[in-house]
This record gives sequence, C-alpha cells and structure tokens, in this order.
Amino acid sequence: MTAAPAWETVIGLEVHCELATATKLFCGCPNAFGDEPNTNVCPVCLGLPGSLPVINRRAVELAMTVGTALRCEVRPSIFHRKNYFYPDMPKDYQVSQYDQPINVGGHLDLPDGTRIGVTRAHMEEDTGKTTHVGESGRIHGADYALVDYNRAGVPLVEIVSEPDIRSADDARAYVNELRAILVAIGASDARMEEGSLRIDANVSVRPAGSPTLGTRAEIKNLNSVRSLGRAVDYEVRRQIGLLEAGEKVVQETRHWNEDAGRTSSMRSKEEAYDYRYFPEPDLVPLEPSGEWRDAVAAGLPPLPADRRRSLAAAAGVAADDKAVATVVALGLDDLVTAAVADGADARLALNRAANEVAAAHVAASDVDASAFTAVVRMEGDGRLTSTQAKQVLAEVLAGGGDPAAIARGRGFEALGADALSGVVDQVVADHPGEWARFRAGEAKLAGFFVGQVMAATKGQADGKAVTARLRELAAGG
Amino acid sequence: MTALEIAADVRAGRRSARSVVEAHLEAIAAREPELHAFNLVLHADALGEADVIDRRVAAGDDPGPLAGVPVAVKDNLATRGIPTTCGSRILNGWRPPYDATVVIRLRAAGAVVIGKTNMDEFAMGSSTENSAFGPTRNPHDPSRVPGGSSGGSAAAVAAGFAPLALGSDTGGSIRQPAALCGVVGMKPTYGVVSRYGLVAFASSLDQIGPFAATVADAAALLEAIGGHDPLDSTSIAGPPPRVSGVLGDGVEGLRVGVVRELTGGLDPDVSARLVEAAAALAGEGAKVDEASVPSVGLGLSAYYLIATAEASSNLARYDGVRYGLRVDADDVTAMYGATRAAGFGAEVKRRIMLGTYALSAGYYDAYYGQAQRVRTLLIRDFEAAYAQFDLLLSATSPTTAFPLGAKSDDPLAMYLSDVCTIPSNLAGHPAVSVPFGTGDGGMPVGIQLYAPALGEPTLFRAAAALERSAPR
Repeated sequence: MTAAPAWETVIGLEVHCELATATKLFCGCPNAFGDEPNTNVCPVCLGLPGSLPVINRRAVELAMTVGTALRCEVRPSIFHRKNYFYPDMPKDYQVSQYDQPINVGGHLDLPDGTRIGVTRAHMEEDTGKTTHVGESGRIHGADYALVDYNRAGVPLVEIVSEPDIRSADDARAYVNELRAILVAIGASDARMEEGSLRIDANVSVRPAGSPTLGTRAEIKNLNSVRSLGRAVDYEVRRQIGLLEAGEKVVQETRHWNEDAGRTSSMRSKEEAYDYRYFPEPDLVPLEPSGEWRDAVAAGLPPLPADRRRSLAAAAGVAADDKAVATVVALGLDDLVTAAVADGADARLALNRAANEVAAAHVAASDVDASAFTAVVRMEGDGRLTSTQAKQVLAEVLAGGGDPAAIARGRGFEALGADALSGVVDQVVADHPGEWARFRAGEAKLAGFFVGQVMAATKGQADGKAVTARLRELAAGG
Repeated sequence: MTALEIAADVRAGRRSARSVVEAHLEAIAAREPELHAFNLVLHADALGEADVIDRRVAAGDDPGPLAGVPVAVKDNLATRGIPTTCGSRILNGWRPPYDATVVIRLRAAGAVVIGKTNMDEFAMGSSTENSAFGPTRNPHDPSRVPGGSSGGSAAAVAAGFAPLALGSDTGGSIRQPAALCGVVGMKPTYGVVSRYGLVAFASSLDQIGPFAATVADAAALLEAIGGHDPLDSTSIAGPPPRVSGVLGDGVEGLRVGVVRELTGGLDPDVSARLVEAAAALAGEGAKVDEASVPSVGLGLSAYYLIATAEASSNLARYDGVRYGLRVDADDVTAMYGATRAAGFGAEVKRRIMLGTYALSAGYYDAYYGQAQRVRTLLIRDFEAAYAQFDLLLSATSPTTAFPLGAKSDDPLAMYLSDVCTIPSNLAGHPAVSVPFGTGDGGMPVGIQLYAPALGEPTLFRAAAALERSAPR
C-alpha cells in the first residue's frame, strides 16, 4: 500500500443569522416565525411601487453587538442592492451590504483555542419563502409554487469566516460556538430548524503545506450542524478523489442532499448571477457614533468562552470539559456555580445540569436553584443513588416541590450501610467464580457486582458504597 | 382664479368647495377628450371630498391653506384604492393599498384630488407620447406635445382643469412640460418633499414638485407638501422651506449668473427670451453676469447612465408575481419575460437595457462609476459658481413645444430636450421654470432659475420677480 498524498482541507463558512428584533429591517411588520403566511406584510416589505425602506435602529444595534462579540471593527457602512430575479424576493433585488459592511476583521476562538478569522459580518434583508407544490411523485397535476412573504425583510447578519477551518469537526465547533455567542448576546435565537441560522460552506482541498488555495465548491442546503459535518466530509472525499484521479475541481455551487448523503452541482461559475451591485439610493449611510459603539461594547454580556473559563474554574475541572460547554450553552452556569458554592459536588452538579436539566428543556430561569442544589447534595452525600437522584430531579424540573419530600414519597432512601453490606455479601457468596477472578485483579468485574446488587435492591443501593464494600471484602475485610 | 383666491373664498365661506370642483369638472368635460391630460378623472371622489370641506367650513373648522382647491396628481403617485398606472400596461389593475405622503398632505391642507394625470411610462420621456394610454396634447396647440414626462399635469393646469398639479422631476419632468405649457413648474431640493408613494424611476434623482399658474400658487403647494417625512430616509429634517412670505421681496442686489454653457443650441426665440429675462431681472436691481459651470454639458451623459441604472433595478419588481399584469408561460422565467415584454413600452425597455448594461460586471467602473464621478464634478462646479452668484439662469428647454411625432423616432433628440434641466437633478438642487413670453408659433417659453441646495426662498423671490416682469 502506497502512502496517500496528504491533503489539507480548507473551509470557510458563511452563516446567515436572523436577528431577534421585534420588527423587520425596513418596516414595522412583526419579525415572527410560524405565523399564517402573508400576514406580517406591508407595502414596504412587499416592495409595492412607491414604498421606501427605513432602517430599524434595533437591527443595527444587534448587528453592532454581533460584530463587537466577534471582535470586529464596527465601521460606518452603506447598503447596496443585489439584483436578481426570484419570486420570493419582492423587489427582485436584495438590500445588502457589499464593499462597505458594518463589521470587519474579527475572530472567533474555538473551545480548543483554535482561532478562526471573521472576515466580515454584514447586514441584509431576508427573502420570502417559496414552497414548491406538486413537484415530486405526481406526474400529472399542476405544478405550482406558494410564496410566503412573512420572512421578507427580516433582518439578517451574514457572518463570513476566513478560510481558516481545517476539518469538519472544526466547522461544527465553529458553528456551535457562533450559535452560543449569538444566543448569549441576545442577537438571535439561532435555531437552525426554524431557519434563523443558515450555513453555506466553501470547501476546498490542497496538498498539505501548499500556500495556495484549491478550487472551492460552495455547499448550500445545510440544515443542521450534523449536515454540515457530513457534507464537508463528503465534499472533501469527492474533491480528493477527483484530484487523485488527475481531474480538476470545478468552481461551482453544490446542493447537499441529506437523504442521499451527497452533494450535487447546482450551478457553475459561468452560470453564476451578475448581481449588478450598486449603492442603495433609498437609504443613507450608517454612521454609528462613538458613544453608540461604546455603549454596545459596554453592554456586551460575558461571552461563552469567558463563562466556560469561569465555570470550569469554579467547578475545578478542565476548561474544555464537555459538561461545562453544555452547561454554558444552555445558560445553566449560574445554576451550577450556585450549587457548588452551596456545597454540592461540582462534578455531579455539572453532570446533572448538562444531562437531566438539559433533557427537561426548561429555561434556565425556570429552574429552582435551591431544589437543584438540594438534589445534587443528597446524591453527593449518598442519601440518593444516582438513579434516584435523576428521578427526583426530573420531578422537581417537571412540577417543582421539595426534593426531600419527593424522595420520601417515592420511598427513596438509600440502603443503610449494614443492610447494604448484607446484600453485597450475599451477591458475592452467590457468584464465587466471578469473585475469585475479581480478587485476582479482574477489576472490570466490579461493574458486574454493582449490577447484581442494584438488581437485588431494585436500584436503591448507592453504587459508590457498593464498590467501597467490594474493595473492603477483597482486601480481606 | 388662482388657487390662493379659491382657498380664501372657500375658507371664508364665500364659495363652496363643491361649486369649485363642479366648475373644474365642467372645464374637464369640455376639453379633456381633445387633450387627454388625465388617465382618470375622480368625479365622484372629488365631489365627495369637496362636500367634506364644505361641512367643515360650515362647522367653523378651517380645512387648511388649500381648502377646496382641486389638484391634479401625476399617475405615478400612489392613491389608496385608486388605480395608479405610471402610464404603463404593466401596472394593469393595481390599486395601491396606501396613499403617497404628498397625497396625505394635500388632503390635510384641504385640497381635493381631482384626477390622475397622464405621463410618459414610468416618467421616461419628454413629450408624454410614451404613455401606454396615448399622448397628451398641448392646450396652446393640440397638434403639439405638452412636454414630459409630467405632461398631463402641465396640460391640466394650462387648460384650467385644476389650478394646481403635482408632478415628479427626475431630469426635468416638471420644468420642461411647465415651460412648454406656459405654467410655473418647480423641482425642490432633493429631500425637501417626501418620495414615499412616488413610484420610483431613478431614486437618487426623483423629486416631487408643484405645477401652478402662478409663482404664489406654486409656493403655497410646495409649503403644503414639503417637510420631513419619517417614511423617506432621504427626506431632509425640518419643516418645509418658507417661500410664500418672500415673494414680494424683489431681486435688488441678488447676483444672478447666466450659465454660459447652456446658451448654445437654443431656438432663436428661446434665446431672445433668455436675454430679455436676464435684462428684466437686471432692471429689477439684480446684478446679472455670465456664469460658468464647465461640466454642465456632461450632465446629459451622466444622467442617462445613472437614471437608467437605477431604473433597471427599480423596475425589476414588475415581474408578474405579485400585482399588475401577468402573462402566463411554462415556467417562472418565461413568465417574467412574457410579462415584461408585453407590459413595458419601447422606451422603458431601452432604458432598462441601458441601465442593466451600465451596472454589469466589468462595465460598472467605465459607466456607472464614471457617471458618479461626473456627478461629483458637476456639484463642485456648481459650488464654485454659487460662490459668485446667488442664482443661476438659463432657458428651461432649448425649444418650444414640438409637434407630436416630431422626435418619437429619435430618442437622442428627445433626450436633448432635458439638457438644461438635468444638471439640477444630478446636483440635487432646486430649480423653477417661469413662463416668459412666447416663441415659435406663439408657443410659451419658460425661463429657468437655479439655486443651491435649500435655496428655495431666494429661488421663489426671483421667480416672482421674473413673473412680474414677464411679457403679457
């Protein structure tokens, strides 16, 4: 087997993020997802003849917040018109920013410390949404399309990364981190399933060490972080395959097909639109004052990276701990920090927050912090087994109540030391073969004995206490 | 009767708004079939609005400075529930769900909208022959054009169909037809009048302005429609310019420069009137001298790149998807093509193609970019001229009204009609055309005054002086 040439993957991401404003970018219509089609519309966002745009100050402020959080320079900017015909675009041009965007030259640090450059984060308006009806599965019958303009004119920030990303994993990490930032600063709900966060990936490969970029393909229709990872992996394999076969990668836009697990060509560079950008004459330049920029910077909440660092420090765990990342992403860091400060075991508090609280899908603000602390402490003290603690916590999260009372009500009292020792001794006596092997050093059999004890006590034993008793017995106690 | 006289009578209860509207509807009935100034006359609506005014007067209210005055409104200004065609088939059946800001302000001043006036399609033209609904004719000689693109509004005032009218001026579309029809027509400083509800031709050049039989009436109409509008981002902050109060102030001591570069290529009669107008202002005490705006001759070329580029984008929305004409076809792209082919006239298509080309990748710098540089140069030249002069003077149009069809087959000759008016659109400055005698065939001649940005008070002061000294 000959060594394959080493290829380096180069990825740049364009992330479209809908800003969480009350109203649209250029009119007073509600910016809301999921409403009855074509109800949140007016002459302006329908582009009716004679209507004119007026910029939404809050959208500008949120765009500045995004730029500030991504360590960009927030600059005076202007809008351009991007001209092309599409039925879901009411004016047949999109008001966007082109060569003078509001935010330029920032960066985002992945949780592992890798720094990804952010070229720009510019403002633009969203388009409407086209639903094609009768396209598949029906040979006869009318093909038609329905257009919903509720989304037309919703404010977007397009965040364009430098081609600094080197793997599908890092691409996913970038998007996850970006989402966490956008949510943390209140700029967006960043829900990919609702389209409030949308990703296009520019992917190319080059021989490792090459200073020049390979020909890239732009991949569209990435509807989840998982799709992004799969599509990048697929595309990298495809491009390497072409190059190793002596063929060329064509610069083009490719469509990710989630079901087929592959990308396919949408349009080549030659077929690309000429957008005929020119300055939007209906809007005036945006020139945010120094005071406004300072106020935005001063109002920026702690970012996820900072919060992960403080939480990890408070919990005494590594900064790249997975549970720490989850807890911060869900905004549960205050909950965990408070529990730890109140004497709860840090590891347990992190895990219960990252797993059980996360699974309950409750808002951070709706979690009863003292009840959470109480459950974690009971588990830490051995008063509840982990199984019991999870059940009590689930009940606390679902309806509230006093954890001690819930535990009593369910008959959850971890077996006392004497009763437990009795059960452990009995289990050991019942399995002499396994016991001999365990004593001979086959440590993994500890799990077997814990399982047997759990079965015998219907889960009421504390696993740690069982392990301790096993060691005691093995040591000849 | 002037608009101000009518309003005074209606406000004082000496005359009913209904009788005013009825009298104008009679004038329309008598000559409209011949002239075709309107795309739509709002008989019932106008009478209804008049009755409301009369009830308010009877109740002791003051309906406003234009109480009971009929106003003809160009058909590119949105009127709620009333067809707004822009002189195009492509807006077939469209009724705006809203009123333009100027229409709201007209009603707030007590005026009555009497009809929607004919125009060159999407304001592209200088003769009103490019209307999809047939040409408007000049009331002074129906064999001749009224000018354009606001030819219907100019003709309506000249024919006595309405004392006041609104037009839009992108490259002279108010001033040139005003000159050719012998009425006053004024283009305000860009941003003085809200464009909200004006169907865009070229957004950075378009401005709504008044037509009237007298300078004083034009001043009153400007004051009614001007002033900041939060719905137009390019609208200037502050109240409308105060112009009515300065009309009697005279031109004593004002420095007026005749633009040397615009004195060539004029009809001899027009040229003679320009000389007389300059002399008349001098006779009133103005210091008249020759002025130079070296780049003014480049204006026409720059204009036809900038205006068409913006138009190519502004008119993209007429695609058959949401409103107006739709010509069905096999797929959406074919539908776009069929709809736009059937809906737009030749001149509109010509300009969309020109503008699309000017913005295309690889040509942008040579065309659109270069035109914007010319615009900057022109503004600088105007600034230099205004360091020496308070006002500039030229003819409004090189010719008097020409016969229908005379220039229809020669777009370039038609474009040249606007050579004197275009520079103030590119600069964003105000300008006014005042009737000043007649020329070839007894047709009216208009003389144009320009002022720097927000120079409306000085502009109207001089316009009133010119009006007073005009040959009768």
